[in-house]
Amino acid sequence: MQRQLYLVDNPVDRLARTLEALLVIAPRPLAVEELAQAAAAGAERVETALGLLAGRYREGRSGIVLERVAGGYALRAAREAAEACARLVERPVQRGLSQAGLETLAIVAYLGPVSRPEIARIRGVAADSAVAGLCERGLIQESGRDGEGGAIRYRTTPLFEQVFGLAGPEELPSLDDLAGDGEELRERLEAVAARRGA
Amino acid sequence: MGQALAVRDLDLDLDAFEGPFDLLLTLILKEELGLPEVDVAEIVIAFVERLERREGAFTPAQLEVCGEFLVLVAALLELKARELFHEEGELDVEELDPDEAALELAERLAEYRRVKAGALWLEERLTAESDRFFRLGPAPAAPPPVRRLAPQDPARLAAALRVLAAEPPAPSLSHMPLRYPPVTQFLERFRAALRRRRRFVFDEEVDGLSRIEQAVAFLALLELRKAGEIKLGQPAPFEPISVWKAA
Repeated sequence: MQRQLYLVDNPVDRLARTLEALLVIAPRPLAVEELAQAAAAGAERVETALGLLAGRYREGRSGIVLERVAGGYALRAAREAAEACARLVERPVQRGLSQAGLETLAIVAYLGPVSRPEIARIRGVAADSAVAGLCERGLIQESGRDGEGGAIRYRTTPLFEQVFGLAGPEELPSLDDLAGDGEELRERLEAVAARRGA
Repeated sequence: MGQALAVRDLDLDLDAFEGPFDLLLTLILKEELGLPEVDVAEIVIAFVERLERREGAFTPAQLEVCGEFLVLVAALLELKARELFHEEGELDVEELDPDEAALELAERLAEYRRVKAGALWLEERLTAESDRFFRLGPAPAAPPPVRRLAPQDPARLAAALRVLAAEPPAPSLSHMPLRYPPVTQFLERFRAALRRRRRFVFDEEVDGLSRIEQAVAFLALLELRKAGEIKLGQPAPFEPISVWKAA
């Protein structure tokens, strides 16, 4: 007798297979609502099916990993396959991001939407080329103007969150936590001064 | 004596400029390089690094060089601050008293420091995520929405199609025929008139005809004149035109 593989055929599994198909053709993360609409299923059932898929597609178990990123769900390559992937594809968005670009990106990510004059004021350097470069990479985009006829404002894109592996903007750590206490900086400066004076 | 310090020879490798400090100053003063493009902090770092590399004791001459550098950088910063503030029209530095200016500067430095920390976090995150590969591409267009039609009655659809498929009425050409006699008719008429008489008056000949017929008759007259069959005479503009046979 010929042996056959049977797929599990309960409704959640069926929905999970549909979501798998949708995620595999999507060029960007898909929100639960988008998946629910395309699969013609309720959001709650979609989340259950996504949970099932997350169990199947995880690091160490599959070459494909399901991740929650940029406000949606997306499939990506497992980290263990990174070297092979790097030999196959180039990553122009991430490559050669300069310090000026990163600072500008940080300003837009944390304080956006912001205009070029605001970025220049904070960095103390004209921001035109950095902003243009980030727009070209697709990491930031225009987001209205400073009042009628004012300067164009910029905000980060979902691609920014995808590149930096953020589920959403709320995952950015607080600047207060990152920058630490101003007092600490003062103490370090005084310590350096003391060493020099010694 | 250690390695000599010279502010003007200080080699710089900035985003906007590469070369000696002296040349940078010249370009800025000639307005060939925009000061907002120049990262003054990097100039300071380059100078401090040069100081670090210096060997031996600090001489009064070197202290003088440091003083010169401080004066130049302070001037650069002041110029730059003026340019940046002036562009935005937000704040006039000259209106600030020294304490306010110091406070403003301190606040801006604190803000920049926070942003710098954010940039550092992003840089580290980018490195940590360098082994994440995912599909990237333009989003395909969504399929057009399906238009749901109400239930249709085939007989009514056929009737509607029949109306559309019916032969349209032939277009009317009633406006096409000429409403005036051809020029040739007047050619013959004038030739016949000149066979009977030696000369005639055009106005009398066309009297009673419609305006358009008179115009066609005049064209026929010109045609005969062109062919050299007749001669025309008119004592004055708008006077009757006499027509007689050419010899």
